[in-house]
Amino acid sequence: MEHSNINLNLKVWRQPNSNAAGKFETYKAENISTEMSFLEMFDVVNEKLINNGEDPIAFDHDCREGICGSCSMHINGRAHGPWDGTTTCQLHMRAFKDGETITVEPWRAAAFPVLKDLTVDRSAFDRIQQAGGYISVNTGNAQDGNSLPINKEMADASFDAAMCIGCGACVAACKNSSAMLFTSAKVSQYALLPQGEPERKTRVLNMVAQMDKEGFGACTNTGACEAECPKQISISNIARLNREYLNAQMSL
Amino acid sequence: MAFTGIFLILFLIVHAVANSCIFLNDGGVTYNGVARFLSHNWIVRFLELGLFVGLFAHIIQGLMLTMQNNNKRPVKYAVNPGNATSKWYSRSMGILGSLLLIFLVIHLKDFFIGTKIALYSGDAPHNLFDEMKEEFQNPVIVGVYLAGVIALCWHLIHGFSSAFQTIGVNSPKYNGIIKNVGYVYTILICAAFAAMPIAFHFGLIK
Repeated sequence: MEHSNINLNLKVWRQPNSNAAGKFETYKAENISTEMSFLEMFDVVNEKLINNGEDPIAFDHDCREGICGSCSMHINGRAHGPWDGTTTCQLHMRAFKDGETITVEPWRAAAFPVLKDLTVDRSAFDRIQQAGGYISVNTGNAQDGNSLPINKEMADASFDAAMCIGCGACVAACKNSSAMLFTSAKVSQYALLPQGEPERKTRVLNMVAQMDKEGFGACTNTGACEAECPKQISISNIARLNREYLNAQMSL
Repeated sequence: MAFTGIFLILFLIVHAVANSCIFLNDGGVTYNGVARFLSHNWIVRFLELGLFVGLFAHIIQGLMLTMQNNNKRPVKYAVNPGNATSKWYSRSMGILGSLLLIFLVIHLKDFFIGTKIALYSGDAPHNLFDEMKEEFQNPVIVGVYLAGVIALCWHLIHGFSSAFQTIGVNSPKYNGIIKNVGYVYTILICAAFAAMPIAFHFGLIK
């Protein structure tokens, strides 16, 4: 990959706290290596702001290797930026052209209030998870896991659902701010395995109830969540959630 | 939405097939016969009530769903992805549905009310075929009907496969079939309905 340095204009959402009104501010990001990640570019901008005695731009980040689900930026109208199957931390500056203006916004949803600048409160996801995203059986040690035969397709499908890192891009991308992809991934990963069987029906009912309580919208099957998910979770999980929900409602 | 939608999808088949009798070009003998049978058979009359319940439920569900979803993002994005992540018609079901509702009011006023008045005012003979022929001489009415069919087409393109997703049918084995059947169904239904006003207007059916 050819390496070069580029200059960019940033239009970033600044909001001091959840109660204050926010607005866009423009910043110059100069001499940015195309090999930098999007977050490293923000580090450079923030260093400059700190040196000038200004308030740095707040944004969520942790592992910076695409597995923790902390980073959450809406870049040029796309959750996690223009690349498919990528978190913001894995988005590299070669995705942008020299002189380009990049608009960066926080996730926008009633259920994800802005805490500061680009940081949003995603604890609604934690509460959905707590409502049913667990198992009660003791699964024993490693050899006990191997003693329980599980169909390879089911194990793979469960693992695909468990890939969800809970970043909230599905909510950010959905025109209804629906959390169905997240919730369906969490329900699916257990519904497909025997260990998830004891709470199978109460889990789906409780998690969906919590999801509605948190103020997320309803799914209208536009597929935007699937298109934006950095872990490429399939909306077939949403169909599974609907099946599980219908089954639980009719038989509980 | 899905169950009432599938119910309405099934109704459209009956509606399109029955109306297609006009294409026999026999001066409306078969068509008027079918229309008379449908308006006088008690089973069909009972199903008609179910149709209105289903339609009404679909409209109410749609309105509630749209209104509930509309306030879930108080601060809008400055930049939107447009069609990069989803199809415009999948995001516009509320608008397409509203257009269909307006069309439906016009449509029922044109052909449904008159039939009922004739039925209940001493079962007067009612020539629905001639009524259609007369109505569709007006290019404005033809335009309104074609606009209705176009809105229906986009509503169905998303609605058909979306209904299966909502009731939980999504498997690599069937997704291709569902999608293609949806396309074929939508094209056939919409082509049949679009051909009716056009054929009358240009005198292809006499």
